[in-house]
Amino acid sequence: MDRRTFGKTALGLAGAAAVTLGMGAGTALAQQKMKVGFVYVGPVSDFGWSYQHDQGRLAVEKALGDKVTTTFVENVPEGADAERVIDQLASTGHKMIFTTSFGYMNPTLKVAQRHPNVMFEHATGYKRSKNLATYAARFYEGRTVIGLIAGKMTKKNVIGYIGSVPIPEVVSGINAFTLALREVNPQAEVRVVWVNSWYDPGKEADAAKALIDQGVDIIVQHTDSAAPVQTAQERGIYVFGQASDMTRFGPKAHLTAIVDDWTFYYVDRVKAALDGTWKPIDTWGGIKSGMVGLAPYNTAIPGDVVAMAEKAKADIMAGTRHSFTGPIKDQSGKVMIPAGKHATDEQILKMDWFVEGVVGKLPK
Amino acid sequence: MNVDLVVVGSVIAAMLTAATPLLFAALGEVVTERSGVLNLGVEGMMLVGAVCGFAATVGSGSVVVGVIAAAAAGAGMALLFGVLTLSLLTNQVATGLALTLFGVGLSALIGQGFVGIPLPKPPAFAIPLLSDIPVIGPGVFEHDALVYLGLLAVPALAWFLTRSRAGLVLRAVGENHAAAHALGYKVIRIRYMAVLFGGAMSGVGGGYMSLAYTPMWAEGITAGRGWIALALVVFATWRPERVLVGAWLFGGVTIAQLHVQGLGFAVPSQLLSMLPYIATIVVLVAISRDVARIRLNAPACLGKIFHPGG
Repeated sequence: MDRRTFGKTALGLAGAAAVTLGMGAGTALAQQKMKVGFVYVGPVSDFGWSYQHDQGRLAVEKALGDKVTTTFVENVPEGADAERVIDQLASTGHKMIFTTSFGYMNPTLKVAQRHPNVMFEHATGYKRSKNLATYAARFYEGRTVIGLIAGKMTKKNVIGYIGSVPIPEVVSGINAFTLALREVNPQAEVRVVWVNSWYDPGKEADAAKALIDQGVDIIVQHTDSAAPVQTAQERGIYVFGQASDMTRFGPKAHLTAIVDDWTFYYVDRVKAALDGTWKPIDTWGGIKSGMVGLAPYNTAIPGDVVAMAEKAKADIMAGTRHSFTGPIKDQSGKVMIPAGKHATDEQILKMDWFVEGVVGKLPK
Repeated sequence: MNVDLVVVGSVIAAMLTAATPLLFAALGEVVTERSGVLNLGVEGMMLVGAVCGFAATVGSGSVVVGVIAAAAAGAGMALLFGVLTLSLLTNQVATGLALTLFGVGLSALIGQGFVGIPLPKPPAFAIPLLSDIPVIGPGVFEHDALVYLGLLAVPALAWFLTRSRAGLVLRAVGENHAAAHALGYKVIRIRYMAVLFGGAMSGVGGGYMSLAYTPMWAEGITAGRGWIALALVVFATWRPERVLVGAWLFGGVTIAQLHVQGLGFAVPSQLLSMLPYIATIVVLVAISRDVARIRLNAPACLGKIFHPGG
């Protein structure tokens, strides 16, 4: 429905002119620089997923501005429109294109086949080709850290979790959170409410209200708007934000947030493309690579809890802590990961079961 | 036992607020459609109302100013629709759809500088005595002014459409514009007023989203509620009191399914998310089976272009 495509060159040549893919107007200077394109599923102003990707683009400009120019197209619906937009970028001299949503997978692959000399990077997908790389972040590592904090901060031992859609990425996040929560607080349990949408502020707020009325005293969200943070602030309970620092929507309530950080990755990859060392690899980075970070801790979190969270982060970076370390049982008590073993990447990518401590059935 | 009561009270309280944006938008559309004009641009008018209301509140610091701005912005969008369909005689369906697309884009453009700014919630007013009922009282009988205003609009509009002279004239125009014209009523002027009223109500409905429901601006904040409001109008067979029932049903089922999930019942969440829509469709089908009922209630000139010359 929203087909607004805002083109903007890195040099600010076009300013914020709302010209449909009007990126052809480069100067002679700009022609010599490598053109890098970014495709976003939401508006760059969402203060969430697309905003964070755009921060990565801005970092590329800052670091390599003398060698590259960047272009972005926002609000691109997943599906047929995406293919048109990606193809348009490839046909207008962009040598490298980042497509930043799961639903762009097949369109990106198709366009990559048509433009063998353009380097493509697709976020959160699994299809690669000789000029198509993939990348994603291990968000579950961040959820382990907030799970530990939640275990120490909850008084009622009931945590509410607002899920978007039941896909493995979200399920593994719920599980990682619950495991860490019960590691420090074995009595605690997690109630999950699915809103079946990534972005519906009204419904996210309703879900938060419902959970709070059922007696949870901390909310975790895996949806993109700041509405749950606002609701938690209003009702006087704690909340963990998503994708970016949402403190301003609930200064008292917002304990911390999982922050996606694509800056290192984007700068590295564009550098590699400039050097000619770019390869169509798969990157799955976590806390160690800087892709997953935490927003500043709320001062309400006691010092020893902050220390514990920081230690967990350090251990994850050092490789001495894994979010899914056995023994891990599912809800029925069946051992899914035996003692002394970690879940493999494949098991995490296909996770479709809840661990013990999660209330409610996982929709299939 | 007490916990259950708390949950019931919470469902009712949340239902009242969830129904409010739908109620405003649908009541406005009832008046518009009763005058014989089909305006499918409700979603667009709501969004522009939401962003203008938000901007005005941020600028002035007053929610009252914000609500007025939301109404004015919605009416402004409706005026555009009116000029196109009533004066320039464009197709109402196509123009309404275009109005929604335009509103989505325009609201995003206006809202660029307002993303990420939080606003305080407007104050809630408790109804004396009723709000003192233990456990459920405070939730159910304590809301912001717009919730009450929406509820008061229902009997007011029901009275207007069935008992007042102006309302009867408006309906006459919607039923048979040629006859109304022959009797000397200014069909176009009356329709303009109905369209503007509908736009203002949609604007307030949108403003409720960005000022009270989730006091923030985010692109597409109404998330399709304008379309639900349009469905509610048919659901209610163009009657204000039934609009209220429909809005409560839709809001109530939406909230109840979130509670059911939180309590851990083994029902697939996708199915629960569909429930409000299924409930609405089932009632729509039940009503539509009775052809006479739709025919008796639907304004006969709905969507038809009127030209005073012919």
